[in-house]
Amino acid sequence: MSKINVTLQLNGKSVSAEVEPRTLLIHYLRENLNVTGPHIGCDTSHCGACTVDIDGKSVKSCTIFAVQAAGAEVLTIEGMAGADGKLHALQEGFREMHGLQCGYCTPGMIIRAYRLLKENPTPSDAEIRMGISGNLCRCTGYQNIVKAIQYAAAKINGAEYKEAAE
Amino acid sequence: MNAPTDPSAIERAEKLQGMGCKRKRVEDVRFTQGRGNYVDDIKLPGMLHGDFHRSSRAHARIKSIDTSKAKAVPGVLAVLTAEELKGVNLAWMPTLAGDVQMVLADGKVLFQNQEIAFVVATDRYIAADAADLVEVEYEELPVVIDPFKAMDADAPVLREDIKDKKDGAHGPRKHYNHIFNWQIGDKDLTDAAFGKAEVATKDLLSYQRVHPCPLETCQCLVSFDKIKGEITIYGTFQAPHVIRTVVALIAGLPEHKIHVISPDIGGGFGNKVGAYPGYICSAVASIVTGLPVKWVEDRIENLSTTSFARDYHMTTEIAATRDGRVTGLRVHILADHGAFDACADPSKWPAGFSNIVTGSYDFPVAHLSVDGVYTNKAPGGVAYRCSFRVTEVAYAIERAMDIMAQKLGIDPVDFRVKNFITREQFPYQSALGWEYDSGDYHTAMQKAVEATGYRKLREEQKAKQEAFKRGETRDLMGIGVAFFTEIVGAGPSKNCDILGIAMFDSAEIRVHPTGRALGRMGSKSQGQGHETTWAQIIATEIGIPADDIAIEEGNTDTAPYGLGTYGSRSTPVTGAAIAMAARKIKAKAQMIAAFMLEVHEGDLEWDVDRFRVKGNPEQFKTMTQLAWAAYNKVPPGMEPGLEAVSYYDPPNMTYPFGAYICVMDIDVDTGVHKVRRFYALDDCGTRINPMIIEGQVHGGLTEGYAIAMGQEIVYDAMGNVSGISLMDYFLPTAVETPIWETDYTVTPSPHHPIGAKGVGESPNVGSVPCFANAVNDAFKFLGSTHIAMPHDNYRVWQAAENLGLHK
Repeated sequence: MSKINVTLQLNGKSVSAEVEPRTLLIHYLRENLNVTGPHIGCDTSHCGACTVDIDGKSVKSCTIFAVQAAGAEVLTIEGMAGADGKLHALQEGFREMHGLQCGYCTPGMIIRAYRLLKENPTPSDAEIRMGISGNLCRCTGYQNIVKAIQYAAAKINGAEYKEAAE
Repeated sequence: MNAPTDPSAIERAEKLQGMGCKRKRVEDVRFTQGRGNYVDDIKLPGMLHGDFHRSSRAHARIKSIDTSKAKAVPGVLAVLTAEELKGVNLAWMPTLAGDVQMVLADGKVLFQNQEIAFVVATDRYIAADAADLVEVEYEELPVVIDPFKAMDADAPVLREDIKDKKDGAHGPRKHYNHIFNWQIGDKDLTDAAFGKAEVATKDLLSYQRVHPCPLETCQCLVSFDKIKGEITIYGTFQAPHVIRTVVALIAGLPEHKIHVISPDIGGGFGNKVGAYPGYICSAVASIVTGLPVKWVEDRIENLSTTSFARDYHMTTEIAATRDGRVTGLRVHILADHGAFDACADPSKWPAGFSNIVTGSYDFPVAHLSVDGVYTNKAPGGVAYRCSFRVTEVAYAIERAMDIMAQKLGIDPVDFRVKNFITREQFPYQSALGWEYDSGDYHTAMQKAVEATGYRKLREEQKAKQEAFKRGETRDLMGIGVAFFTEIVGAGPSKNCDILGIAMFDSAEIRVHPTGRALGRMGSKSQGQGHETTWAQIIATEIGIPADDIAIEEGNTDTAPYGLGTYGSRSTPVTGAAIAMAARKIKAKAQMIAAFMLEVHEGDLEWDVDRFRVKGNPEQFKTMTQLAWAAYNKVPPGMEPGLEAVSYYDPPNMTYPFGAYICVMDIDVDTGVHKVRRFYALDDCGTRINPMIIEGQVHGGLTEGYAIAMGQEIVYDAMGNVSGISLMDYFLPTAVETPIWETDYTVTPSPHHPIGAKGVGESPNVGSVPCFANAVNDAFKFLGSTHIAMPHDNYRVWQAAENLGLHK
């Protein structure tokens, strides 16, 4: 099958690769660019392990072709920490609040939470639960993920994190 | 272990981050930055990809397989079928349960989606394209789907390879579709108890076929080095050493030429214990092509082929006195094992530890009989986040206790409390052969009752029932109670082995000269956080800060032999090995300290991170000092170095327990439920890391919720399997998942070096019957006795319909 060049901005850097037109974005990232933070969990766009941020929207990267992301700004978990290595508040929050266990859903979950907090900087617990309902986790039961996102929201807002009873 | 009391000692103990503290997880540093290293993240030069062509039929003879079109696809290097595998004697493989299983369909297929051909290509898209081009001509055969019909006189023969075999791996077979019958307990005494029972119940309690469904599917990457004659296998293995032994036995290779590596694993829950055709085919393909071969299941393949769980149909009878004392338990289980008996149980236990079915109650007599049968369904039978077949029988006994309480007109809590094994009875010999190590059931139940305001909830429920009868509400309120006893930590060599290897586990600890340490274990974390908690045990035992202790698991070249992580066995077995290895180090350090301080060993006492002279605390040597000394100043005659290995053969299993209470509201017109409260009290003995315990409990409860309220792998009358993508298979999102309340009591295990019992699976075991009891409790005042799982909205609505509530 003939190949096509896909160039996009990944975590602030221009990247490109030659891929078949049918190549899914998740495979472009993982196979062509060795960006293995986003994972594959279901192949049917239900689990959200492959979630990346594209031009300000959370997108399940198993659901679109790489060519559809050509020219876009794409953020993955690899781009979350600062250039100085300082972790993003969400990365810190997930560790502080025990928001992960096997780690497989974590990159997609954090990237989704990142966009959620951009859209709604002070979400209620129920809004967080609805906001991450496209991302499945088999280990944590979500309760500590909600706390992790609240922790990050508080930190981003310069407030002190207070554990609320859900 | 006594906690230190003086301020300096408390401060030093806190710095260690040892047992009992909520140490943050070491693993999270890489996982939160996308730097986990899972199997599919690994790439080797020249790597190929394998994909299966699978059966569209549940039972059919294969008339022909045409691989020519697949082979003609550019980029395809090989297509394997059973014929190719026969050349290397691998068309069939042994199972953990003593049966054999087709690697690729040999002459016939026995379940839908069974592996028929393995296509190897330069990328995964080409492999998938070519797999579709394999053409198979079938001759349809009648199917066996209902396990209750498997042993009918005119049932189709499923396993032609063994149809005349009178004896299986577990004794006589009474039908060509029969696998085994396993019995335990005193049948005559039990029958006699039922003969004179004042009250008896008998119910068929079925636990549907489900699947563990970890977020990462099963996968492997195999590389065969022709020059060295060595094979390297990266895989999602919960038990890497067992896989290496299986490979050694099948391939006849020595262990030192087999390198099995489990990197980070994206959840296991029992799914990743067994050996699957994908592993064998990848290995053969790597040998054939001389290149590394990767195989990654997709979700549908995962849910429909690699390891279902449950499918137990349990006829459960309780005998009791009119005033509510149980006098006997009689259980028959029909176990649907699918097309091959590939259950992942210890070898001598064809029905796992299902004889824990007496639960938390003092049954004077009991009898259990289990029949396993073949059907046209996928093989498996793994312990989905539970010890072997424990969840199934915990469901049976906890449902049956509720049904009997209902018949007697006694509150479910009071009925349980009346029949609990008392604290004074431990160690307790159960009627079905177990010795429960420790427990305090009354205290746990009482705490749960008080914490939830149980008696008030019952009053509220009564008022709601009256209102319902008056037509003022369409909501029903259900209160679910479950009190489970688990049996975990397999297990003692006297009764537990896999393929003849005793189910010990192991730890190796090396203390380096500067006082840092490396620990390597035979277990393998899949999210449980071993890198964090194992270091905490060592920190407390030998006084080295947990942050200075690295933990490694999963590489058979470097880790000591262990049986892996499943059945909540890591803390009971590996955790014990760690403590024992650490104590060997401590004993040697004490000798070095005595030599350095010029005192007798007996004159020294341990103080958090150091040995000090009794009565003269200013005279001490810290573990850091002793580590250095171990490499340059050991007593005459002593070997230098500070390392220890322990292989721990546990004297008994451990028996965690817990009291769970669920409050649920159900709309009878839609079948929609809302979990108002879920309270889970767990007693897992000594608590190593309360944060991780809470996380494990949350996760287990969520899985239990999914099972009770919706999960099911369904087969239609033709053997077509459905419910096998995440479109249909219920994995709760954050929206459906209830909010969990956790609590605990601490009853240490008397035989475990640190008193820990294991916790990861308890919440799954306890919560499934708790949810089911809540649903049933909501309807029982209307005359309902048992509504079967799963309790999805439609089925709950149907239950209401059957009771005439929609008229």
